Amino acid sequence: MITYSFLQHYWWFLISLIGGILSFLLFVQGGQTMLYSIAKNETERATLVNVLGRKWEYTFTTLVTFGGAFFASFPLFYSTSFGGAYWVWMLILLCFVIQAVSYEYQSKPNNWLGKKTFRTFLFINGSLGTFLIGAALATFFTGSNFTVNKSNITDVIAPTISVWGSEWHGLEALAEPRCWMLGLTVFFLARTLACLFFINRLKDDVLVQRSRKTLFFNAIPFVTFFLTFVIWTFTGDGFAVDPQTKEISLESYKYLNNLIEMPIIGILFLAGVLLVLFGIGKSAIDDTYSKGIWFSGIGTVLTVCTLLLITGYNNTAYYPAYPDLNSSLTIENSSSSETTLFVMSIVSLFVPFVLAYIVYAWRSLEKKKFDIKDAPKDGHVY
Amino acid sequence: MEILNTSLMDWSRLQFAMTAMYHWLFVPLTLGLGIIMAIMESMYVRTGDEQWKRTAKFWMNIFGINFAIGVATGLILEFQFGTNWSNYSWFVGDIFGAPLAIEAIIAFFMEATFISIMFFGWDRVSKKAHLAATWLTILGATISAWWILVANGWMQYPVGMEFNPDTARNEMVDFFKIALSPVAVDKFLHSVISSWILGSVFVVGVSAWYMLKKRNKIFARQSMKVAAIFGLVASVITLFTGHNSAHQVAEKQPMKLAVMEGLYEGSNGAEIIAFAIPNPNKESYNDDTDPYLVKIAIPKGLSLLAFMDADAFVPGIKDIIDGGYTMPDGKTAISFEEKQAKGKIAIQALANYRLAKEKGEDAEQYRNLIKENYAYFGYGYLDSPEQLIPNIDIVFWAFHFMVYLGSFFILLFAAILFFLNRNLENRKWLLWLSIISIPLVYIASQSGWIVAEVGRQPWAIQDVLPLQAALSALSSTSVMTTFFVFLVLFTILLVAEVKIMIGQIKKGPEESK
Repeated sequence: MITYSFLQHYWWFLISLIGGILSFLLFVQGGQTMLYSIAKNETERATLVNVLGRKWEYTFTTLVTFGGAFFASFPLFYSTSFGGAYWVWMLILLCFVIQAVSYEYQSKPNNWLGKKTFRTFLFINGSLGTFLIGAALATFFTGSNFTVNKSNITDVIAPTISVWGSEWHGLEALAEPRCWMLGLTVFFLARTLACLFFINRLKDDVLVQRSRKTLFFNAIPFVTFFLTFVIWTFTGDGFAVDPQTKEISLESYKYLNNLIEMPIIGILFLAGVLLVLFGIGKSAIDDTYSKGIWFSGIGTVLTVCTLLLITGYNNTAYYPAYPDLNSSLTIENSSSSETTLFVMSIVSLFVPFVLAYIVYAWRSLEKKKFDIKDAPKDGHVY
Repeated sequence: MEILNTSLMDWSRLQFAMTAMYHWLFVPLTLGLGIIMAIMESMYVRTGDEQWKRTAKFWMNIFGINFAIGVATGLILEFQFGTNWSNYSWFVGDIFGAPLAIEAIIAFFMEATFISIMFFGWDRVSKKAHLAATWLTILGATISAWWILVANGWMQYPVGMEFNPDTARNEMVDFFKIALSPVAVDKFLHSVISSWILGSVFVVGVSAWYMLKKRNKIFARQSMKVAAIFGLVASVITLFTGHNSAHQVAEKQPMKLAVMEGLYEGSNGAEIIAFAIPNPNKESYNDDTDPYLVKIAIPKGLSLLAFMDADAFVPGIKDIIDGGYTMPDGKTAISFEEKQAKGKIAIQALANYRLAKEKGEDAEQYRNLIKENYAYFGYGYLDSPEQLIPNIDIVFWAFHFMVYLGSFFILLFAAILFFLNRNLENRKWLLWLSIISIPLVYIASQSGWIVAEVGRQPWAIQDVLPLQAALSALSSTSVMTTFFVFLVLFTILLVAEVKIMIGQIKKGPEESK
């Protein structure tokens, strides 16, 4: 039976899944921060740019889909968070705007900004962009400074429904250590995944060897920040919704309890973490192993997806408002109408077809390992 | 924090207009050039002639340069609904968000996936698979245009929805009414097919430059031929889609039509302005000053264009504000004051409804009151009838430039085709005219956007939500800052794009071995 509640849960699952896929695809951003560390000369840099350049649009499109899906399914989040945490989102967008042209333009004739400018853009996108996405995601656990009053619409002088309480408009989250933790986690995760991607895709032995070495130095801080964030969050308070009164209150160990009370999600979370660690560990110790990206990639999708699921499922407020807990957003009070969610669910049936042609395209283009010498024959060189 | 501040509204509006105009510089070329290069590749696959492949590959390179900056500028637009127009995002997100999500799921992934095969797959997939990828790339871009114009069309003609006072927002009740709204269909056809004209003029202009330079002759002739035929066909179809759009505007947004024509006083058998110079001394919509200094008009033209009836009544700005005329649906139009009063009743009834609900009292009477007056909800936020009038000079000139230039391009394509086998390479006047037409076609394209968007002011959602009620609660300084950041960034990227494109054109296509 397709109920309104089922549709709300289904769409929160899809949002979480897209969030997980986006986190995996951030390996492109991670790779962009290593153009001047793993690569030591121009040929090597061109290799990294071209191997990443064939994938950047997937990340970009997933980000756009994440935004579009959130808008359609949970419009109150869209209006509250984007309109309130203005500066954080604007900075994230700017980081991605400058990425979009950087692959195509950097080596073209008449490039008056110079190759270095565009590579700097890529670095900014890869470092600040990933960090801010992580920090913004952390506010799903820590809460934000806003209030929501739908009756404001009847005030012709001040009709805005969602009002942000801080003049920093989102940047105040940087005063919260957990936002730094998750920001740095995502930053180092992106770099870790990038190393695994290079190990998997590149034909150049020297670059692969350096990627393996770099993997270790990124995986350590990634795991450290991740565990600190997770332990802190699981042992701290969460934002619980009373299923009867819909009142929101703080509850100890809420997120840990969610994992325990929803064992499938708990198992998937653990499986995700183990897969990530397996992909990293095996690639670091076995010099011939190159499939780590797939284990760590799937692990990343599972971990991020389940982390997002526990913020919304099991009577939890996924976007908490700390000045007024009852302004917090839940999947129930912030979703689209039943009709819209139903229509969108029909549209979501296209997703397997989309995935099928993405797999086809990926396989067609990646039959053999990437060698910069093949790039001109393929038809397009960055 | 500044709420409902004029300065905040102006900066937010300016930021959206600027980012949308930048984005609209690149989208039409993607849509138009995409089809042209796909036709060229089809010729290659059909004939096996390697020259067609080189021609297609050259235009794909240009496509890629343009596509990248189109993607960059488009990202901001999607998220700006949330960042700058947060109230709008809640008030109509239930309806507006769906087309955006469908666009991303269905169109963007198609585009992003197949473009990678198009660019990198020449040596990795079969000829036919590559051709399919090229067509699917442009199909993805076109489907994307469909959904974004469904969303835009809905803002101009909100249908398939119902206001829910419990959630204080509009909710979707009929998806197909929204997706297949006649305004959306016309907007799609007119925008996409006029983009084909832009792509064609671009290719014709660049090819003319090669002809003037007497280089890459086969390439230039091939490109010129495909683009001129395609452009001529698109131009002729655009005449019809333009006519249909005008008809939709006349029915659904009469103020926009009145402003497009600078029509203050309506009449039966209204004339259409062929050329006019508006009178700068006209200060108010209801003063007696003649609106034009000079005017050349076609009798009954506007009535014909708007309603296919030479004697139909076309309301002017004053009629729309004062009411009292018979609308196309047979009802009598009511005045601004009456609409404003109904809007205020609806808003007050909503406040009372929510209060009664909070107290657990019976709220049914308020619900009924909202329903009766909801069609004019947005008027309750307006103070004066002047707020209903979009900027007349901007819309009037934009509309007329668009029409003049659209007519000119038909002649240009016809002339190119006529002279193509009559020593075109030595007709320098026509080649120069083709090159000059490149900036002109961008002016025409931007003019169309201005007519559509400036012409619907002050509404975010026609009659339901004016801009000042759609805003985020931000300081105007924040929005002003981001406006300048985007302006500087987009301008730098535009200069980079143009220079790179010129560099690529100078480099030219691959030579035959």
